[in-house]
Amino acid sequence: MASTIAPAIRVQREDFDVAAEIAALTKGRTDIGAVVTFSGLCRDEEGALAALELEHYPGMAEAEIGRIAAEANGRWPLQGLTIIHRHGKIAPGENIVLVVAASAHRQAAFEAANFLMDYLKSRAPFWKKEHHADGSEGGWVEAKEADDEAADRWNTPDK
Amino acid sequence: MSTKLIYFAWVRERIGKPEEHVELPAGIETVADLLRWLKSRGEEYENALQYPDVIRVAINQEHVGHREKIAGAREIALFPPMTGG
Repeated sequence: MASTIAPAIRVQREDFDVAAEIAALTKGRTDIGAVVTFSGLCRDEEGALAALELEHYPGMAEAEIGRIAAEANGRWPLQGLTIIHRHGKIAPGENIVLVVAASAHRQAAFEAANFLMDYLKSRAPFWKKEHHADGSEGGWVEAKEADDEAADRWNTPDK
Repeated sequence: MSTKLIYFAWVRERIGKPEEHVELPAGIETVADLLRWLKSRGEEYENALQYPDVIRVAINQEHVGHREKIAGAREIALFPPMTGG
């Protein structure tokens, strides 16, 4: 499936503006019929979490997200794609990750966004560490088997 | 030839440094060989690499399996399963 869009990929410490990212992707376009966005937020459980600290592998994080985006691009007829992943300390309620997928029809955009998130979770080199509200340092968040299974269901040949 | 090793998350914390350059001894051909050799380098390595199967590895910033050959690798990264997204 030939596709020529160049995904916008950013790995950054700063927050992002979801509405502005959608607007940037669709501005001046009349061929896009569907935009699906997924935002992942830092979630607190019962007031115990002060922040998540996201460590990443500079260079590989961008490269791996690029490879995942290229895979999505090959599988679905996307007309636009933006992926932003933050790193550093992130407080509960703040944004962590954004995927904006645009296509002519909704199914491709829904599926691509879903696929991208499953793959970002299990293959993008980021690691979350918890900082507790009482000032103590929490542990590293453990990877969930369910996340690997979620990625596996897309059944890629390259694993 | 000197190879750059980079560590992340609890692998980095347990080994006690973010990166180092090492001279790989002869006979270290695969990722699995590398992990076995590193593990023998001291208590901190033993601690970090106690369960080699859970360690994920990237060569030149691309994911690889433990059977991958490491010849020609400039940069080898060791890290736990990823938890981004």
